[in-house]
Amino acid sequence: MDVNNLKNHALNIRRNIVQMVYDAQSGHPGGSLGCADILTYLYFVEMDVNKDNVKTTNRDRFVLSKGHCSPALYAVLKEAGLLDDDLKTFRQIDSNLQGHPNMNHVDGVDMSTGSLGQGVSTAVGMALANRLDENGKRVYALVGDGESEEGIVWEALMAACHYKLDNMVIIFDQNGLQIDGNVQDVIGPLPLKEKAEAFGANVIECDGHDFEELDKAFKAAREYKGKPTVIVAHTVKGKGVSYMENNYAWHGSAPKEEDYKVAMEDLKEVK
Amino acid sequence: MAQETRNAYGEKLAELVAKDKNVVVLDADLTKSTKTIEAKKVAPERHFNAGIAEANMMGMAAGLAASGKTVFASSFAVFAAGRAFEIIRNSICYPKLNVKVCATHAGLSVGEDGASHQSVEDVGIMRTLPNMKVFVPCDQYEAKAVVEYVAKLDGPCYVRLGRGKVEDVYDENKVFDFSKVDVLRQGKDVVLFAMGLMVQEALKAAEELNATVVNVSSLKPIDEEGIKELLKSHKKAYALEEHNIYGGLYSAIAEVKTKTDITTPVYPIGINDTFGESGKAKDVLQKYGLTAENVIKVVKG
Repeated sequence: MDVNNLKNHALNIRRNIVQMVYDAQSGHPGGSLGCADILTYLYFVEMDVNKDNVKTTNRDRFVLSKGHCSPALYAVLKEAGLLDDDLKTFRQIDSNLQGHPNMNHVDGVDMSTGSLGQGVSTAVGMALANRLDENGKRVYALVGDGESEEGIVWEALMAACHYKLDNMVIIFDQNGLQIDGNVQDVIGPLPLKEKAEAFGANVIECDGHDFEELDKAFKAAREYKGKPTVIVAHTVKGKGVSYMENNYAWHGSAPKEEDYKVAMEDLKEVK
Repeated sequence: MAQETRNAYGEKLAELVAKDKNVVVLDADLTKSTKTIEAKKVAPERHFNAGIAEANMMGMAAGLAASGKTVFASSFAVFAAGRAFEIIRNSICYPKLNVKVCATHAGLSVGEDGASHQSVEDVGIMRTLPNMKVFVPCDQYEAKAVVEYVAKLDGPCYVRLGRGKVEDVYDENKVFDFSKVDVLRQGKDVVLFAMGLMVQEALKAAEELNATVVNVSSLKPIDEEGIKELLKSHKKAYALEEHNIYGGLYSAIAEVKTKTDITTPVYPIGINDTFGESGKAKDVLQKYGLTAENVIKVVKG
């Protein structure tokens, strides 16, 4: 694992996230920037997806349960050379790059998501299918901490634990913020670690921006047998863009020209 | 003979899972009631219980289907079409995944359990979903044929099944064509379009009314041409359904008619925008007017 290389990919992904949301003047930059390092790790280290197998299901699959972070998904697919579409078409009419991902429009989008909580549930179905097919492939689902307020997330975790789906990893992207503010002020979904443990999962906490920690967590998940692994990844919403960091106002708003310039300056080089 | 359509479903599903290793079955703690237990006996490794979590069951179904499986997911109609609606919408219908939602205990004929368990709106809900096909078989033979048919279709389907025994309309020799409505009896002036257990009631009423009886088991897609011809060749039409008069068969027939200049009036005989109640199935059906006697009364005015 070449950390510097990963950091460069993550930087390009972040620049594309800002560019897409700016061009469309619509989209969700905060959470997308926050999960960029996790997606970079998944697509450049962890998963076996490539140009030759992307059209198939005989490979590791990723479900972006927090579907509003589609800019991060499109940007990582682009960075990995798996996406032909022009990122400028994001959220425009006739585009494959829908506001929330559509699996039938884009190879490499493994599930249509957007309605929160459902992605993790569908990932359980995929993991069951992989087990039936004995293909040894793994499934990853990225779930927001705000998203964990949806009951179906816990129904899905209950099922994943009951069926001992050690071929799947549920990643909680814990940035502490949702549209209406701090998650604890809105309704209080935390702590996620203890909840997931109580459901029977193998739970690992890590810094969602530290590639060494992510590497340790995902390697440990791969080794763990008999239970699904939940990785509680602590992240900073808006990571990399100074004024967006830890500011829920940037959950779903697009930067204007001045803000855009500052963002691109912030993302000029690896820090 | 009389048989429950849910029993027919269970028997046919057991055949399908035995024949095809790609078929996977999901249930939500109702395996004995929905009869998916029959499939579990044959292929336990491809039967998954989601527990009392219908929403997650539909999500799991979507994930299995996204992996190439043909998935049958069952619960009571109230929970399958109702509670899990939005998962069916966003995770099954929007991505056009190959999930067959086979919902049992539909309608007032659930009986004693009462209104909370008597789905009066499921056909309406499911019919409005893009990519969804909707079927309502009327007896055991048709139920088996529908289950076999949807297994071969690629994409989301909803099959409405009942709890109670219903008399046979067909026999084992019947060859079904779900692209057409099925004229069971040719009469004069009055045509009774019926779905589900109201087909039997229509047949019972037809003699006295000298009415034409039509079984409409494919609600979506619906045989528009067949319905138009029948409307044109009769003076009055009725839509008979164990379903709210909004959104179900009456709506579907009216939608076909109002796209044309056909003037034949269409009247509903169904559940008049109300919930049901507890009671023996036959008592509930009688109280809510879903009997041959009431059909005769309404048609005769």
